[in-house]
Amino acid sequence: MSPFETTATEVAGVRRGGEAGAAVEHRAGIFEMTQAAEDAVLRPKDTGALFSHELRAALAARIARLSGDDMLADHHLARAGVKAPLADPASRDAGAIPMLAFVDKVANHTRDITAEDTSSLRSAGMADADIVRLCEVIAFMAYQIRVVAGLRLLLADA
Amino acid sequence: MSRVVHRFTRKVPQWRPRVVPVKLEDATEAQLDALKVTPSNTKVSDYVLTLAHDVESLKVRSPLFNAILYEPGGMSRAERELGAIAASMVNRCIYCAAVHADRHAKLEKDTSVTDALFADGVDAELGPRDRAIFDFARKLSEAPPAAGPEDMAALRDAGLSDEEILDLILSSALFGWANRLMHVLGDPVREEVGA
Repeated sequence: MSPFETTATEVAGVRRGGEAGAAVEHRAGIFEMTQAAEDAVLRPKDTGALFSHELRAALAARIARLSGDDMLADHHLARAGVKAPLADPASRDAGAIPMLAFVDKVANHTRDITAEDTSSLRSAGMADADIVRLCEVIAFMAYQIRVVAGLRLLLADA
Repeated sequence: MSRVVHRFTRKVPQWRPRVVPVKLEDATEAQLDALKVTPSNTKVSDYVLTLAHDVESLKVRSPLFNAILYEPGGMSRAERELGAIAASMVNRCIYCAAVHADRHAKLEKDTSVTDALFADGVDAELGPRDRAIFDFARKLSEAPPAAGPEDMAALRDAGLSDEEILDLILSSALFGWANRLMHVLGDPVREEVGA
């Protein structure tokens, strides 16, 4: 894998050559591992009962959209299939309300999270393993969104 | 009795999960492999046992984490820790902030930077290079990210190279991830001594 063939570098528009490209090449292994992390978090072999690849892609797109990154959102939306409507931040799928509220709060109001937020998912019937899986999706997206935002700044400044 | 820690501190608290961690005796082969459990190493933290519920994520995250914080070259280890601290302050992850403030103080052999940050918050008095690093990491950590060209210019003015700036982006972004596990899935607690 090339560090320039990853979601983060492609969405940010960083290519080989130039100062930003050289910095990325200096950390090629980290960009490859970042892509491996996307594959493991968004497209794991063992999805568990609740979080299909399509649902994970839809949540990733929703989180990117809420963060104002339409390019990254569209990238993930392409894999969301029938779950695509959940990527719209205005979506209020009745069956998914507690989960979507949790996603939006952890993504954008992290500091305000309390024990009640995890217990609300448990009350809605979510198993602990699925709560951890959901947190990894949200948390990975927080990382990817900021790597992309940082790369864009680095590229614009070069 | 233990109580939840609500204030930033360099004294690392314990971490109490809000979900039930995987029990070692029930762990699958894949979980044991990701946990690096061997007959001579059976000590695994509750945090890692919690993340073992999602073994594929855990397995890719650990090497990435180590590479971003420890790979040689680029930004100094202490300055990468400052990026981690800034993110952890934005997201109010008391546990992460404590671990990385403690590391920063040990690497620098100086507690003054983290003393100032924890006493005075984001407006603490810092040297110009630390100020530029902290401000960039803090703004990148906001949701949505709020770092802009002026923050990048401040990093340049403080003398940071492209490689160093990339390491700062990576270390602060990584804690956008770590904070959303540590702060969401558990509480930082301290045992009450006496009463």
